[in-house]
Amino acid sequence: MSGPDFLALLPLVLVSAMPVVVMLAIAFFRDHVLAAALTLLGLLVCFASLPFAASYAPRHITPLLIIDNYALFYMGLIFAATFAVAVLSYSYLGMLRVRREEFYVLLLLAAAGSSVLVASAHFASFFLGLETLSVSLYALVSYPSSREKAIEAGVKYLVLAAVSSAFLLFGMALVYGQLGTMEFSGIAEGAAGLRAASPAFLGAIALIVVGFGFKLAVAPFHMWTPDVYEGAPAPVSAFVATVSKGAVFALFLRYFARVDIHQMGSLVLAATVISIASMFTGNLLALLQQNVKRILAYSSIAHLGYLVVAFLASGALRVTAVSYYLVSYFIAMLGAFGVVSVLSGREGDAVDLDAYRGLSSRRPFITGVFSAMLFSLAGIPLTAGFIGKFYVIAAGAGSALWLLISMLVVNSAIGVYYYIRVIITMYSARAEGETAETALSKGAVSLGGGLLLAALTLGLVWLGVYPSPLVSLIQKTIQGLR
Amino acid sequence: MILLWLIIVPFAGGVAAWILGLRGRGGGSAARWASIAALAVDLALLAAILAGRSAAAGRHGDFFLEARAGWVPQLGISIHLGMDGLSLLLVFLTVFMGIVSVVASWTEITERAGFFHFNLLWCLAGVIGVFLSMDLFLFYFFWEMMLVPMYFLIAIWGHERRTYAAIKFFIFTQLGGLLMLMAILGLYFIHGSQTGAYTFDYFDLIGTRMSSAAAFWLMLGFFVSFAVKLPAVPVHSWLPDAHTEAPTAGSVILAGLLLKTGAYGMLRFMVPLFPDASQRFAPVGMAVGIIGILYGAVLAFGQTDLKRLIADTSISHMGFILVGIFAWNGLALQGVTMQIISHAISTGMLFILVGALQERIHTRDMDLMGRLWEKVPVMGGVAMVFALASLGLPGLGNFVAEFLILLGAFRANPAASAAASLGLIVSTVYALWIMQRVFHGDERTRWTLPDMSVREKGVAAAMIVAIVWLGLYPQPVINEAAPALDGLRRISISGPQAVKIPAPDFRLTAAAKAVPLPAEEDPAFDKKARVVPDISSQKSGEGVNERP
Repeated sequence: MSGPDFLALLPLVLVSAMPVVVMLAIAFFRDHVLAAALTLLGLLVCFASLPFAASYAPRHITPLLIIDNYALFYMGLIFAATFAVAVLSYSYLGMLRVRREEFYVLLLLAAAGSSVLVASAHFASFFLGLETLSVSLYALVSYPSSREKAIEAGVKYLVLAAVSSAFLLFGMALVYGQLGTMEFSGIAEGAAGLRAASPAFLGAIALIVVGFGFKLAVAPFHMWTPDVYEGAPAPVSAFVATVSKGAVFALFLRYFARVDIHQMGSLVLAATVISIASMFTGNLLALLQQNVKRILAYSSIAHLGYLVVAFLASGALRVTAVSYYLVSYFIAMLGAFGVVSVLSGREGDAVDLDAYRGLSSRRPFITGVFSAMLFSLAGIPLTAGFIGKFYVIAAGAGSALWLLISMLVVNSAIGVYYYIRVIITMYSARAEGETAETALSKGAVSLGGGLLLAALTLGLVWLGVYPSPLVSLIQKTIQGLR
Repeated sequence: MILLWLIIVPFAGGVAAWILGLRGRGGGSAARWASIAALAVDLALLAAILAGRSAAAGRHGDFFLEARAGWVPQLGISIHLGMDGLSLLLVFLTVFMGIVSVVASWTEITERAGFFHFNLLWCLAGVIGVFLSMDLFLFYFFWEMMLVPMYFLIAIWGHERRTYAAIKFFIFTQLGGLLMLMAILGLYFIHGSQTGAYTFDYFDLIGTRMSSAAAFWLMLGFFVSFAVKLPAVPVHSWLPDAHTEAPTAGSVILAGLLLKTGAYGMLRFMVPLFPDASQRFAPVGMAVGIIGILYGAVLAFGQTDLKRLIADTSISHMGFILVGIFAWNGLALQGVTMQIISHAISTGMLFILVGALQERIHTRDMDLMGRLWEKVPVMGGVAMVFALASLGLPGLGNFVAEFLILLGAFRANPAASAAASLGLIVSTVYALWIMQRVFHGDERTRWTLPDMSVREKGVAAAMIVAIVWLGLYPQPVINEAAPALDGLRRISISGPQAVKIPAPDFRLTAAAKAVPLPAEEDPAFDKKARVVPDISSQKSGEGVNERP
């Protein structure tokens, strides 16, 4: 490894160093403010190192890692999202009677794992990143250890993530057995040479798809999602919904970008089925929920289904659509869980939809933010979600995936129902005789949380009105993939 | 640039109204005045456009104003606004109806008045955007954008079943909109793969060659979306609910403007983009229109809820528009334009009257009304005028509209015209029935209620002047729309490359009514025409980086 290699690796080195730094700081000065401040500062430094690293990209560093614009773009997304989660966590943890500081170590570890994921070019680094991410998440999900639901969620996540890792490992082993390589580029070449796919190779692909399916929580591998989202602390739910899924999807796209998926009929068929099943499962089950976190969980299942539509498209529009959609989805999900998080009190998270009734008169700002986020998830103009959905449909139409985009259209209409149901609950007046006393936290929104939500809303509207700069940025990331 | 301001002013006015409305006491009336002010500014802008325009200053045909700015150059999306006579009339109608609905709901809205006017103005801004967009993406953007404020208007300030109605409205129109988006994208990729220039620009996309099957499916996507909004019969069921449950201003805007965006979409986009497919579809389209005319009237007969009855009559009136559009000749299109404007005024005023009644007696049930003329003679008189307008009495705007549509449709399809004219009979029945049950007949409940206030009389006077003027002297409207409608017909008859055919004189003068009309269906009519600017060579300035 040469000097420029290290410079290109700088963001990855920094984000891996951060957990150690915070851990040492805690060892000497156990202080919540210090740990949070160090985390936020560290993430800012990592973010600031990205343009610097970009000047040395693209670069293969050892067979394991590739630092290109694509990887750096997603790292930026991961750092920004982790920053938002850390801000939300600060006030959220303030309410809990637990040791708070280690939370940040775990959060940074998870961010480091995700960053490795998006930069990996080899099964080994892929698996390393994934496990770093998953193991930190086990602890994060069950962090408020006095809550039964959190423990339950943590155990569920542990079991299912372990099973899915086993599937992935088995699939990787089969691929290695067939092709004798674990590098993505080598696999792509080997797969192209295979012509008629052997049953073992097909099985390997199937196992890998199942593994990805669990991580992305697409139907029929979605069962864990609502329980985990419900049980986990709201900021962690936000992290699972965004960073963890986004990083895996980015890798998924990179892995299959080199392989012409349309030559593999069975893979296309599987992805089509998964996509349609996810859209319907997510949206139909969300209709039945009374729990805001579960609504968001099912909504995220549906959104991953939409993303698979873009994944199945061909051409350059595919990557743009996926990346744009992920950015808009990140903002909206972070904002939505952020609202849940700032409204949550000591007793538990603000999950009961009834508790949101009449929120608009007491908390106009929070209501506005939450409405904007939900409108974005529903794909209404002036929000990033509108452009994102437009991109996905455009990518699908460009590849003549009419069946999939018709399903997407039907599902958007179903989805609108439960998003606006939440919104209308917030705007409708409380029934006569009912007092304003609810489980929702009555304390003022913390400064950090308020600023964060305002920034997310601004970003959401900005991207919805003026998407062109982000599109240019994303287009710069495409070269590395082809 | 002035076109952009037309849209920005209501947006800004809405935000101002919201902020002003946040003040406790007096906030409501501040919000109302802010809304009036914003709309007055728009009116002034329109006046400035009228005064300052020179013939064909825009780059395309009959457009006298165009504005264009890059938006998402990577996809060939630009903020391209254009105004021709048709757009001008419709924007004027929008601003007028906006002012009317603000004044009409002056006392009705007491809660969260600031937010109410915010939604009202944003909805109007979206409608204006729809009428001015010359980029299909921008059109879709505004098309979807006007839904959310309307949804809030119904869901927050509506009547008993508002949540149900609002959600139904939203889902229907959302689904229709997404179908249109699919069709737009299909067109975009077909055009892009042929020319290499991926663009959403209306003028570039016109004349795109495609297989007739593709054209048919894309046309159908547009048709369904516009038919939901119009509404045409199988997809109309959101309308009675939404109109009935909406507050007065919401109903006025729904009936007066939102429905008209569907008609406008067909005029501006569906037929010109897919002329052949539309022509082949015309018998079906006309049949749907005729079914709408009759079915809407049948629905109206069955109602006891006064507001729902009026909502159902909208379905009937919109059927005429469908018939006129698919007849696609000069007379019918003039009729469609007239119908768009007259229906907005007549039905809008009927909704205002129902709203005023409901504010006084807190019911819309006609079984509880009767003999109200004795107590509110002024209101009764006004209702009489608009009920007569609704049934198509000569001398009022709706007559001119429906007469022209039937005349035009007769040239295209005599049978359809004959069937559609049955609508005039059934409308007479329901219109007189309203008068009978509400203002005459037996007194079923002893109401004491005040007659119209000065404010309400002012609104009514303005509306009466408008509808009578449209009925007696429609020539200015017809003159204004004629070049634009001719432009649309030229595009759809012969594609953009063809020679420009001078407008046949179908103006509704006394002489023209008497003599047979020139053979306007013949594209070869008058060969010495000047050439239309070659539209297809005017590519968007921005590079298109992304070529899927």
